Amino acid sequence: MAQQNIRGGLDFEAPILELENKIEELRSFSQTTQVDLSDQIEKLLERCNEKKRAIFANLSPWQKVLTARHPRRPLSSDYLQLMMDDFVELFGDRSFRDDPSIVTGFGRLGGHKVCVVGHRKGKDTAEKLACYFGCSHPEGYRKALVKMQLADKFGIPIITLINTPGAYPGVGAEERGQAFIIAKNLMEMARLRVPIICTVIGEGGSGGALGIGVGNRNLMLEHSYYSVISPEGCSAILWKNTEFKERAAEILKLTAEDLLGFGIIDEIVPEPPGGAHREPVRAAQSLKEAILRHLRELEKLSGEDLVKARYQKLKRMGVYEEETAGLLSLAGSA
Amino acid sequence: MNDTPQDSLPSPTAKRQLDPALDSGLEPLEARTDAVKKRRDMPANLWMQCDGCSKLLYKPRVEEKLNVCPECNYHFEISSAKRIQMILDPASFEERFTNLSPLDPLGFRALKAYKDRLVETQHRTGLKDACVVGTGKIERIPVVFGVSDSRFLRGSMGSVVGEKIFRGVELARDLKYPFIFVSGSGGGARMDEGILSLMQMAKTSAALADLDRHGGLFISVLTNPTMGGALASFAALGDVVIAEPKALIGFAGPNVIRETIKADIPAGFQTSEFLLEHGFLDRIVNREDLRSTIASFLRMFVFRPA
Repeated sequence: MAQQNIRGGLDFEAPILELENKIEELRSFSQTTQVDLSDQIEKLLERCNEKKRAIFANLSPWQKVLTARHPRRPLSSDYLQLMMDDFVELFGDRSFRDDPSIVTGFGRLGGHKVCVVGHRKGKDTAEKLACYFGCSHPEGYRKALVKMQLADKFGIPIITLINTPGAYPGVGAEERGQAFIIAKNLMEMARLRVPIICTVIGEGGSGGALGIGVGNRNLMLEHSYYSVISPEGCSAILWKNTEFKERAAEILKLTAEDLLGFGIIDEIVPEPPGGAHREPVRAAQSLKEAILRHLRELEKLSGEDLVKARYQKLKRMGVYEEETAGLLSLAGSA
Repeated sequence: MNDTPQDSLPSPTAKRQLDPALDSGLEPLEARTDAVKKRRDMPANLWMQCDGCSKLLYKPRVEEKLNVCPECNYHFEISSAKRIQMILDPASFEERFTNLSPLDPLGFRALKAYKDRLVETQHRTGLKDACVVGTGKIERIPVVFGVSDSRFLRGSMGSVVGEKIFRGVELARDLKYPFIFVSGSGGGARMDEGILSLMQMAKTSAALADLDRHGGLFISVLTNPTMGGALASFAALGDVVIAEPKALIGFAGPNVIRETIKADIPAGFQTSEFLLEHGFLDRIVNREDLRSTIASFLRMFVFRPA
């Protein structure tokens, strides 16, 4: 994996990391020696910020995928901690078991009561394994639905944080109806009578992402991706191996800009220069601001109107050709 | 979720030119279908080998049995036209939404361009896309009926399939007709239309939620194979969900699961019988009984405004 691990960073981040290291050195030198280096540090910071902007403004689709999977990228648990007040986690699907790969609970976001449902990838190895690296089982999606229906009953808006490589493909998952429970979530989320705001914060892996992704507003963090299939999976199908994942990432059109262009998402939430992992606090502020803005808009609508709006939004999704009485029109969301 | 669309593979020659050593742990699906095709085209086109029991079968006899193996009850895939003929009253079907055709919103191009594959497939099958939706009658009861056609890019769901199902469900709601859909789409969501295909899952499910709210009936019929994005959306959402015997039905493709768990999968995994046992099907119905069984549901579950 040459792409990874320059001190927990990615290859293309190397020039930024170099500058960050230099700045760090100067700072500690100036602290221990009491020599004023603020001018040099200021200049270096400037250069570093320029570098960050230049590099992250021009990421290739594959580099976006790598950023979305960055080992230090903030996870749902980070955003919960940084955005929410009085968050109380609730467990279990009341049916089979508690799937830790989806976190659910209630709390306040900028004074608004909300229900949060998010994929959990896990922080340390043990947690990662327990969460199957963010790949949920049917019970995870059922847990999400049970809590969302609780929110619905008491008129509490729902915030979902999407970050999964995909729903888990395994024997148990199939035995317990992975497809059936995801389908059920799609159907039930379509008719919940509360505002739903869904944000892809990292990986938007196919049906596993969509399973908590039917909203009145769909947002994506700037360097996240959302795709029908992983670049590796696409490469394996088309080229019979995963070597063409970079090319696959290009042709799948999976970046936030692409999805905005297709009319699938409503807004791209900007990340701090150099990506959310450089400044999680600012990333969380940016996300919180965006969610609250949409929430205030949506809270004006009645339950009936929210359901209708979601229906109309989904109705527009798709790009096809429609021939009407000899006239060709291009319909759809683009 | 989209690991079995044989049609999206390069041609065998192109693959060989690329690199003969590239065949990884994944099964060479195309090679397998080629072998199946060869076996099916045996002397004078009168004999075929069963995909289920490998027995040599006399073709006219199989066709007479609605394309079901007389030896092992394996149900062969059939075209949308045959399916309509089998289930609906004679000459009752009127196709709708025929003015919808697929586009290539991603400019999707790997070894072959999606655009070219669409044109070729349209020529070969006479279909515009992978599903047919319309109105018809079953034992004189009017219905909205849809069926996917696995000959068209593995019956996969892109924008047109999603839109046709969506409009079909709305039509059923407005006419107060039951909605019946026969799925058999191998690959689920169509990779070539990327995220737009994925969104068809949410779109079709929303339509069905609305039909449900209006008290409408949806009968979902699963046939070999119903996988991925089709099953994880509309196909799983029937008021009644039935399947033909021995069909492959599941979320993730068997290859993906094998790769993930690094172990063999149990015999009979992801078959209709497996799903029935685990509680996800209401019933397994033989092809020859499908029409009468659906008709009995139609008489039982009559539209009742909510």
